[in-house]
Amino acid sequence: MLTIKDLHAEIDEKDILKGINLEVHPGEVHAIMGPNGSGKSTLASAVVGRDYVNITQGQILYFREDLTALSPEERALKGIFLSFQYPVEIPGVSMVNFLRAAMNEQRKYKGEGPMSPSDFLKLMREKKTLVGIDSALTNRSVNEGFSGGEKKKNEIFQMAMLEPKLAILDETDSGLDIDALRTVAKGVNALKKPDNATIVITHYQRLLNYIVPDYVHVLYKGKIIKSGGKELAFDLEEKGYDWLKEEYENSLNGSL
Amino acid sequence: MIVVEEKLPKHPDTRILERFDDGTGKNIHPVLDRVRATALKDFKRLGIPAGKNERYRYTAVGKLLDRPFVPLLHPHHRNFKVEEIFRCDIPTLDTLEFTVLNGFFFEEQETLMELPGGVLVGGLRQALKQVPQLAEAYLDNLSNTVNDGLVALNRAMATDGFFMYVPDGMVMDKPVQLVNLVKDDEDIMVQHRSLVILGKDAQAALLICDHALSEQKFISHGLMEVFVGENSAMEITKLQNEHNSMTDLSSLFIRQERNSRVRTNTISLHGGLIRNNLHVILQGEGAENQAYGLFLMDRKQHVDNSVFVDHAAPHCFSNQLYKGVLDDEATGAFDGKILVRPHAQKTEAFQVNKNILLTDHAKMNTKPQLEIYADDVKCTHGATVGQLDEEALFYLRSRGIHEYEARMLLMYAFAHEVIREIKIDPLQDRIHELVDKRLHGELPRCHTCLVDYHK
Ligand SMILES: Nc1ncnc2c1ncn2[C@@H]1O[C@H](COP(=O)(O)OP(=O)(O)O)[C@@H](O)[C@H]1O
Ligand SMILES: [Mg+2]
Repeated sequence: MLTIKDLHAEIDEKDILKGINLEVHPGEVHAIMGPNGSGKSTLASAVVGRDYVNITQGQILYFREDLTALSPEERALKGIFLSFQYPVEIPGVSMVNFLRAAMNEQRKYKGEGPMSPSDFLKLMREKKTLVGIDSALTNRSVNEGFSGGEKKKNEIFQMAMLEPKLAILDETDSGLDIDALRTVAKGVNALKKPDNATIVITHYQRLLNYIVPDYVHVLYKGKIIKSGGKELAFDLEEKGYDWLKEEYENSLNGSL
Repeated sequence: MIVVEEKLPKHPDTRILERFDDGTGKNIHPVLDRVRATALKDFKRLGIPAGKNERYRYTAVGKLLDRPFVPLLHPHHRNFKVEEIFRCDIPTLDTLEFTVLNGFFFEEQETLMELPGGVLVGGLRQALKQVPQLAEAYLDNLSNTVNDGLVALNRAMATDGFFMYVPDGMVMDKPVQLVNLVKDDEDIMVQHRSLVILGKDAQAALLICDHALSEQKFISHGLMEVFVGENSAMEITKLQNEHNSMTDLSSLFIRQERNSRVRTNTISLHGGLIRNNLHVILQGEGAENQAYGLFLMDRKQHVDNSVFVDHAAPHCFSNQLYKGVLDDEATGAFDGKILVRPHAQKTEAFQVNKNILLTDHAKMNTKPQLEIYADDVKCTHGATVGQLDEEALFYLRSRGIHEYEARMLLMYAFAHEVIREIKIDPLQDRIHELVDKRLHGELPRCHTCLVDYHK
């Protein structure tokens, strides 16, 4: 469903992504790992259409359609969802109004009428239980005054409401204690269907005990330097990234 | 005879007085005559505020008065009822409604309306006749304290307006609504003044709506003095929804006695040129003032809020929050000053002005000022001018909300911080609705003839 071909992108005229290739099929879970600053979030940003990420080369195809021509909202309506690494606080926009607006845009896109208020509230209740988010939080403004963990749960709650086809979870595990991590993972797993896919971005293996990936990719300096099965994550957990970095630098030198 | 007059040193702006001086304003009431006499002196000294006047630096009111306009000094003959020309747009709100048309109190019955508990409401002229000792004791006590030529002009010219008296201990259950209407075939200038007196332990809410009913280049200046007695509470909401060739000047003076609480909310949705002076004196210990403002301007509209809060007693609290959104080539100014007098210890005073510019052509000038002469005080001020939060905008869009709607949500949220401070629920709901419509460009107003006399 998602095909990334030789993707090069820059931010502020600085090369960040330097030729990414990635193929994600329905039903798959991919993990993208790598040290801080490798370009993991930038890759996610490129997929969801942040305008400061300037794509200089390559393609992002989603069900064979070129995504780069689409606005962020069109991408969202086609089923792409990003759980942000740093969800923004939006004082004055209530969670309820925000979610209702998002749900109704999605329904409109599918040619359906707006949801009745009672159905909407019922759905909210159901999904809140699923991801274990505190009921009081949804009476507040979007993310305003939420703790780090609450913000992450709120991302998954929105994902549960919107039921995307392709979900990208950017460091959803950071800031979560083990219990919160379990509930979040449980929520993500419960949302899994044969026709949707998940990309889990993390630099710890911990989350991958709960959301088990089919493929693991290591992103380093803007390139995927290694791909493998879930055992790759265990190797990284055990040995860290240094051996891979070394292997990569050596391969560069070797090719000179 | 003319030669003799020419010899006197005359402020050039006194030309304007000649345009007013047809004699009709005189001899209506001795108090008005007395006020006029001092006001004329003040005006001759001050003139119309010009560019070098700091307080009017961003609003060139002088140019306004160069235009041809007809000063309206006496009411036109009226053979219609207010309902025929105007219906209040807030139907769910149960208020006691009063109208000032072209600066003159509009009421079929002559006498002041007497409400349970001894509340009196009506026209200022009538009040001067009917309860002279009350009206005389208060009239012009606040407006004569400022060095502002526009205020002096109003004091010299205005002969009618609104009057309200709430006796000690009287808690009014319904808000009073004052609708200021302007309607004429000519470009008239309207000057009116109002007087509101609350005794001790009293409570009242006043909603003031400024409307222009025809599209002439009107100039309207409404001055209001509000006296709030010990332990009393007052909420004033002002709604300005006018057209692009309207000039709406407003000067609101408030004096608060011990432990009184006043909240003002100034909501400016449309208007060619809007200038709001708010002058608050915290006279008694423990008085509390909350001043909120929201302005949403577009095209070449101009809005200027000038707020002055005078902490003249210890242990008082004041808070100002003014927020604005400027679109297209709209311009705005905020000039807020907190004065803490030497003996006003334990003062707490806060002031914030936040603005969003939606285009590169919109412009905002903001000048928060503190002048503190007491040492044991807590005062802060701050101002921001910026764009909509790009991060927040992207967040909303990434959930499938179209950019236009996302912007609306953010602007609405920005405005909400002020609107939520309107404590009369149906009014708050209605203003929410109006602001929402305004942001979506669905609020009716006149689209013709932009004002061309502001910077
Ligand atoms: N908004 C931005 N502006 C400028 N540089 C950025 C921005 N976002 C990311 N970068 C830079 O891009 C590189 C990759 O960052 P990022 O994609 O966030 O890495 P990761 O998510 O793997 O930690 C870093 O060098 C970072 O400084
Ligand atoms: Mg990151």
